[in-house]
Amino acid sequence: MSRQLWLASQDTKLQDGFFVHTDFLQFILSGLTTGSIYALIALGFCVVSNTMGIVNFIQVDFVTLGGMFMFTSLFTLGLPALPALVLAVAAVALVAMVLERIGLRPARSANHLVLIFLTVGLSIILRGLIKLVWGTNRMALPPLSSDVPVQILGASVLPQALWIFGLTMLAIAVLTWFFHRTSLGLCMRAVAVNPTAAAVVGIASGRIRLTSYAIAGALGGLAGVLVTPITTLNYDVGVLLGLKGFAAAILGGFGSFPGAILGGLGLGLVESVSAGYLSSAYKDVVAFVLLLLVLCVRPKGLLGR
Amino acid sequence: MTSIQRLLYFLTLHRTGLAVCMVSLGALLFPVLDDNPYTLGLSHLVAINTLVVLGLNLFIGYAGQISLGHATFFGLGAYGSAIISTTWAVSPWLSLILVALCVALLALVIGIPVLRLSGHYLAMATLGLNFVVYTILIQWDEVTGGPSGFAGIPALSCADFVFDTPVRQHYLLWAFALGAMLLMLNLVRSGVGRGLAAVAGDEIAASSLGVNTQAAKVKIFVLSAVLASLAGSLFAHSFGYISPDTFGIFASTDFVIMVVVGGMGSIWGAAFGAAFLTLLPEWMDIFDTYKDLVHGGILVLVLMFLPQGLVTGLMDMLKIRWALRRHNASA
Amino acid sequence: MLQLNNISKNFAGLPALCQVSFQVPQGQLTALIGPNGAGKSTLINCITGVAPCSSGRISFDQTDITALPAHAITRLGIQRTFQNLRLFPRLSVLDNVLTGLTCEGGSSLFMAMLRLPYLRHRERRLKLRALEALDRYGLTAKAHWPAGVLAYGDKKRVELARATVGNPRLLVLDEPVAGLNAEETCVVAEHLRQLRRNGQTIVLVEHDMDLVMNAADQVVVLDSGQCIASGTPESVQRNPMVLEAYLGRMEATA
Repeated sequence: MSRQLWLASQDTKLQDGFFVHTDFLQFILSGLTTGSIYALIALGFCVVSNTMGIVNFIQVDFVTLGGMFMFTSLFTLGLPALPALVLAVAAVALVAMVLERIGLRPARSANHLVLIFLTVGLSIILRGLIKLVWGTNRMALPPLSSDVPVQILGASVLPQALWIFGLTMLAIAVLTWFFHRTSLGLCMRAVAVNPTAAAVVGIASGRIRLTSYAIAGALGGLAGVLVTPITTLNYDVGVLLGLKGFAAAILGGFGSFPGAILGGLGLGLVESVSAGYLSSAYKDVVAFVLLLLVLCVRPKGLLGR
Repeated sequence: MTSIQRLLYFLTLHRTGLAVCMVSLGALLFPVLDDNPYTLGLSHLVAINTLVVLGLNLFIGYAGQISLGHATFFGLGAYGSAIISTTWAVSPWLSLILVALCVALLALVIGIPVLRLSGHYLAMATLGLNFVVYTILIQWDEVTGGPSGFAGIPALSCADFVFDTPVRQHYLLWAFALGAMLLMLNLVRSGVGRGLAAVAGDEIAASSLGVNTQAAKVKIFVLSAVLASLAGSLFAHSFGYISPDTFGIFASTDFVIMVVVGGMGSIWGAAFGAAFLTLLPEWMDIFDTYKDLVHGGILVLVLMFLPQGLVTGLMDMLKIRWALRRHNASA
Repeated sequence: MLQLNNISKNFAGLPALCQVSFQVPQGQLTALIGPNGAGKSTLINCITGVAPCSSGRISFDQTDITALPAHAITRLGIQRTFQNLRLFPRLSVLDNVLTGLTCEGGSSLFMAMLRLPYLRHRERRLKLRALEALDRYGLTAKAHWPAGVLAYGDKKRVELARATVGNPRLLVLDEPVAGLNAEETCVVAEHLRQLRRNGQTIVLVEHDMDLVMNAADQVVVLDSGQCIASGTPESVQRNPMVLEAYLGRMEATA
């Protein structure tokens, strides 16, 4: 099936799925789907923020890069869906590590202001590279498995949504295992609690930073791989998604992992319900209005310490 | 004192005023030497960007905070002034002032709660705000003209003298840019400016010296927002046409790059950064393809080797070298 | 002049200060001593509003300053130095000292931007005062150096100059001679005596006992967050509680 045709069929399917009595359930399900994506991105922001104390603006482009690598491994390398997914996520993690090593480590200042600006600069460079390699045209990715909707409680769900739920759960489980059961994970938690003390007991900060970038890259890449079949793929698709992921992280309490997950899901729900009942033109604004409100009223977020 | 010493003393005492005079003279003579509308258009852009970057530079360099949304205030200034003066037929000057007041209020409402937080939440808040405003500019097309932009904005005028030719606009814009520059130079050389520099250096020490750090940060944020709004209004009235793309989040990062090139907290650097990045595409033919790489590369390289920014970093190095040389000479 | 009543401070439940009370009389040098971790710096942070105390009352000339933010307390006339220097490395030495005159420099952004003649004159006056202060501390030659490149001893003196330039009503010094060699310590001690002769009220936190016993009018001893003794240097030196705090642990191990 050509990509245009496939996209068109998506549209009709979505319209067919709208039955009044299942509207609300439909909104909830689609909210949870995008919410999972936000949660993945938010987790990526939190990992880096906890180990380095900065907002990592490159996270935004990890998402785009995930989709791009997926596109390449599917169509250029001709891999089947699952190996392509693994390859794409690993490749983004690798890029993230390289960026940390050559882009952030040599900085002569430990000032957070400077480091944050550096991530902004690296993000611009990465976006430029993506533009050069993959061009600026919109592309479409096929979903991981069939695109025939499944009926759940009268609402139709795309199999891709189920993939998103499943893989997000898996990612969260792996992260939990990593941070609680491996020594590297424990070291990273130690750094998050008290960087100076961690340095004093001999935890090498370089390795921790590298790992945190790898994790952030993998999470962002996974989010990109999963979400681009639903949206389309474009060199700046990650910008909006990434910023919303950040809004989710603040919503839940910046730096807190459960907060990031809760914030992501919550943001997805609010967004989809408000798009359904209020106006879809301003759908993208909801996240940021919510962000501004949270910052003004309860800056520590829902689960913030 | 010999006459040469007296001259040198005079020059060092009035160095700031003299430098401003020199630059003003340059701006005054520029249209005489080159009245090509294209070149003048570029110089307009430099002047407008200088206004925005002056404020942002002060905020980043003196409050130690990040704003990734100054294109919002720039855009609000442009669209606000355009809508008030065109749709409601209010005098352009009045609409310019009205919008600046509204923007100041908006900055206050955002700045007071967010700047209370430690850390760089303001970066995100301003980025979010930028996105909200950008979306509204595009979606609310019956008022803003939507993606195709807003045209037919009246030019500014003084009585019967209308600023409608490029040369007249050149003088208007540079008068504003240089005026703002003079005000900022006065500010940073005053006690208030030293207090602000203290805030950027060390907040605890600053508050122990009697600086209300919270209030200082909010004040500077509002001031920089007003400057951006002013620049936006001038942009709208002198170009006559605006479209949302000038005010997106990438425009905001461009302003930040100008600040970094100019150096944090340097007033002269602000003008240099604005001019450098505005004129950069003119010097490079292949610029469009590699715009992101060049912009990002500049940002990363400057910050990596001179964390204080290009101009400020170089000045700091010179100052230290100068001090050491004098010390060695006297020892 | 300064009165502390039952000051307590907890860090996440751990008491750092417990019911500390004493007075600082006008025109005298009050020294605050005690073993490491006794809570001296914490107490200073409470007085100057850098880290407000959990309970108790601090009054300065009958004004309650317990809950005031640091900048408001400074505006009432309390200046301090920091144990680990807090200079502004990028500003010149002169500008660093000028920041000590922030309270007198006005705070209106508008006025500063206009730089009217009266402001110019005020600036010139402030600059003269800062230069005088630099002269007192022997730093005139380095007035235009960036403060970051100074040697440690010079930095300490710049901080002293910055704290004293505004003629504060109360001067709080947190370990002004820590890390200095004997010669430099003598110089600072002489400065302290000079300030004291001019009637400056001082609170001094210090480990150097020679300096404290020579210069202080009144000594307050803190141990484990509690005030265990206060009085003249001689009486404190003979106080068994104080001897125990400083020496007692040796006996216990012996």
